[in-house]
Amino acid sequence: MSGILVTIDALERRFDVSKPWLERVLAGERRLSLKAVDGVSFAIRRGETFALVGESGSGKSTIAKMIVGLLPPSAGRVTYAGRAPGEAPAAGGVQMIFQDPYASLNPRWRVGDIIAEPMTAIGRPADRAARRARVAELLALVGLSPRDAEKYPHQFSGGQRQRIAIARALSSEPDFIICDEPTSALDVSVQAQILNLMRDLQDRLGLTYLLISHNLAVVRHMAHQIGVLYLGRLVEVQETERLFTAPRHPYTRLLIDAVPDLAEIGRDREPLQGEVPSPIDPPPGCTFHPRCPLVVPRCRSEAPLLRDGVACHVAQSAAPT
Amino acid sequence: MRSHEPETAPPENVSPAPEPRLPALARAWDSDLAHAFRSSPVAMLSALIALTMIGAAVLAPLIAPQNPFNPAELNLMEGMTRPGQANEFTGRSFLFGSDPQGRDMLSAVLYGARVSLLVGAASVAFSAVFGVVLGLMAGYLGGRVEAIIMRIADIQLSFPAILIALLIFGVARGVIPPAQQEDATLILLILAIGLSNWAQYARTVRGSTLIEKGKEYVQAARVIRRPAFVIMLRHILPNVMGPVTVIATINLALAIIEEATLSFLGVGMPPTQPSLGTLIRVGQQFLFSGEWWILFFPALMLVLLALAINLIGDWLRDALNPRLK
Amino acid sequence: MTAPPPPGAAPVLEVRDLVFEFRTRRGVLRALDHVSFDIAKGEVLGVVGESGAGKSLTGAAIIGLIEPPGRIAGGEIRLEGARIDNLAPDAMRRIRGRRIGMIFQDPLTSLNPLFRVGDQLVETIQIHLGLDDAAARARAIALLAEVGIPAPERRIDGYPHEFSGGMRQRVVIALALAAEPDLIIADEPTTALDVSVQAQIITLLKRLCRERGTSVMLITHDMGVIAEIADRVAVMYAGRIVEIGPVGAVIRAPRHPYAAGLMGAIPSLEGGRARLLQIPGAMPRLDRIPSGCAFRPRCGQAFAPCSERVPPLMAAGSGLAACWLLDADMTAEAAR
Repeated sequence: MSGILVTIDALERRFDVSKPWLERVLAGERRLSLKAVDGVSFAIRRGETFALVGESGSGKSTIAKMIVGLLPPSAGRVTYAGRAPGEAPAAGGVQMIFQDPYASLNPRWRVGDIIAEPMTAIGRPADRAARRARVAELLALVGLSPRDAEKYPHQFSGGQRQRIAIARALSSEPDFIICDEPTSALDVSVQAQILNLMRDLQDRLGLTYLLISHNLAVVRHMAHQIGVLYLGRLVEVQETERLFTAPRHPYTRLLIDAVPDLAEIGRDREPLQGEVPSPIDPPPGCTFHPRCPLVVPRCRSEAPLLRDGVACHVAQSAAPT
Repeated sequence: MRSHEPETAPPENVSPAPEPRLPALARAWDSDLAHAFRSSPVAMLSALIALTMIGAAVLAPLIAPQNPFNPAELNLMEGMTRPGQANEFTGRSFLFGSDPQGRDMLSAVLYGARVSLLVGAASVAFSAVFGVVLGLMAGYLGGRVEAIIMRIADIQLSFPAILIALLIFGVARGVIPPAQQEDATLILLILAIGLSNWAQYARTVRGSTLIEKGKEYVQAARVIRRPAFVIMLRHILPNVMGPVTVIATINLALAIIEEATLSFLGVGMPPTQPSLGTLIRVGQQFLFSGEWWILFFPALMLVLLALAINLIGDWLRDALNPRLK
Repeated sequence: MTAPPPPGAAPVLEVRDLVFEFRTRRGVLRALDHVSFDIAKGEVLGVVGESGAGKSLTGAAIIGLIEPPGRIAGGEIRLEGARIDNLAPDAMRRIRGRRIGMIFQDPLTSLNPLFRVGDQLVETIQIHLGLDDAAARARAIALLAEVGIPAPERRIDGYPHEFSGGMRQRVVIALALAAEPDLIIADEPTTALDVSVQAQIITLLKRLCRERGTSVMLITHDMGVIAEIADRVAVMYAGRIVEIGPVGAVIRAPRHPYAAGLMGAIPSLEGGRARLLQIPGAMPRLDRIPSGCAFRPRCGQAFAPCSERVPPLMAAGSGLAACWLLDADMTAEAAR
């Protein structure tokens, strides 16, 4: 059961951000488009967790939406093992867990109906009694009581709601679950519960996760492989352990260094200045060059390609490790 | 991202969900809406008035002293009796007086209110269904569907509803053969008033749909490829019904007045099957000859009914809007 | 700076037995229950806790941003020895901004979108420091430069929407410091920012307050931020302070079982794919706070006294913790 489950190939997404037609014509402006995702390729191994990390504007959520089919790519494709390139997976084969457990459950539905909906969608199991039994089973699996099926979402805390969302995602028996910032709306003690639950479920059910997060510490605990995004481009892809012990891209180093850590009480430091530029008007060449401490003239004109897991002229020309 | 409010609004975890499972009625009684209702004297008084009048109108055949449209029950000798006075020939007295045909005005008002409420409720139901469906489609499907629906709504909203209703009513009258016109009037009136009011629902529902559409529960349904109509009807619709209820309540009052206006203008209900508007039109002919009650009681009923329903609608809008609390 | 405040020196802020209640139709909910702490001059006190623990409410109560149905039902708040919890709204408004600066999570809470950022800064400086137009403007430009706004003499005439999230928060810090306050209350000042910008803002806040000797009450859910900037930390749970002490001690050797659980639940950059320590359950709703110690139902070490009486803060190592396990009499009695 090992091998590649999902291959993402040169995925690209542009958004039209120009003003409404009449306003634009009257002002004599040109169409404006924003490249949220620019030529992103990576592969996700079966039974493992691949994490995408990045700050705002990195395009991580846009990539998730394209993979799950909520948004069509402008170019590139997503291929699932055993399917033709670009072909969609079977309904329910890919599921998603969302960031905000207060918005991801329909407030007017009973929990049992929410969890059963994917089963209704794929028509399996076909009869109601079997679906109800499966809902009870799923509720127990995520650490809730089967009696909770009768309640409404507002009767649960944020962490419990995220458990319900996980049960819903599992109900269509998917191989692959995309988790978009699954714990960033939760408190730390609850975050630990949810992360542990996700890990246990992965071990028991052989699930493959794509984890989207801005939190490096969370990613470190969950992921086998990590992709670092900056302004819509993948700047580094690496096995988790290596990424943290030997980061190669200067942006990866900046991110790791910026995380406030309990181990370093009262440390003084000189953080890297500057902020993520607007994706509407990104810098030429390597988009990170205005903030990069290692910048060389070539970075200003030529965008580095991802080779050997890193997209950086300086790292690539250094002796290979 | 988490949001931590700097204000001292009670934290989210203070509104408790009842732990023991209460019966539905007890839960409804304990709900925030019921509590807001019990603490608003205006809402309670309005509801009392509206419910009494609606109850009386619906039960008119049972409680009215006579059937005002059965000629056998009318006595011309009892015509034009003043309210509360005994008739000089038969000695019968009429609480609201009687008209020239000896028709008891109380019975006429009750039966008239019945027709008015029927037209009002049916047209509100029609425009709500029509407007909600179009609003859901415009909001969820977007693109060309949205552009067409919303432009028609914009155009229609720039004319007074009464004008639209007159137009629809007039066109329909021209199409239907005169022999069937009398029977068809009720249906035509409902359709005309209904069609003149859908745009408001469509606009509101479109706005709410756009908000709901962006929420993650809708995305979760799209991930498992639920068909668009399932998402619109089962997921979004239940979440946009709050504002629809408010508009429907306020529109019920407006529809009753709209119907009365049409009938007053003579294009609505015929005198053989009068609504409050028809009664007012008939009554105003007697106003200057001193028989004021023939106009006064139908008009009073209309005003009280519309006012009470409107006040309930106003209260409902405030009670359902968390920002005004 | 991690040493306890020198004896004799009056603390900048004293909070004693603060009780905050919400009156709802379902009864009175106690959101803060006898909260007491001090902040010394130049000290940074971190306040951590999960949502609903009462940390933001504590900050709001100190600066008097209270709206019904919430009210202070007991206790005292003293700023440099003078009570401020019973001041009239007008007097309180003069203290806010002048003697207590504020930084919120969303910079747009503090910045009026219709005013140029300079207008607000200059106005604050004029009101509180009594400078004339030109001097106030020069001071505002100097402040903007100090918080790291590039080209301040030009950016001072910009509107808030022309600034990025990180730059806006810098402006807010300038605004909070403009009147040279004794105390700054910062409520989740970096939560809305990206990690790399968060690091810049933390460093900036720390440097400026250290240079001026300004005390800070830093409210956040992020223990990492506290570790980096605070001298002491107060851990809140269900409206009470359960542990308070020097940052190093609380992080490395927490005495209260909740504080210990919280530290273990935080994923760290050290160590690989290990399971996280987890505390079962969730913090109770305000209307269902258990009797005795509020943490008891989730605590693995609870024993008889925990359900009977609320544990007071007692000495524990170099700080204070509210747990009956620290009371020798109680544990001895339970052992018998």
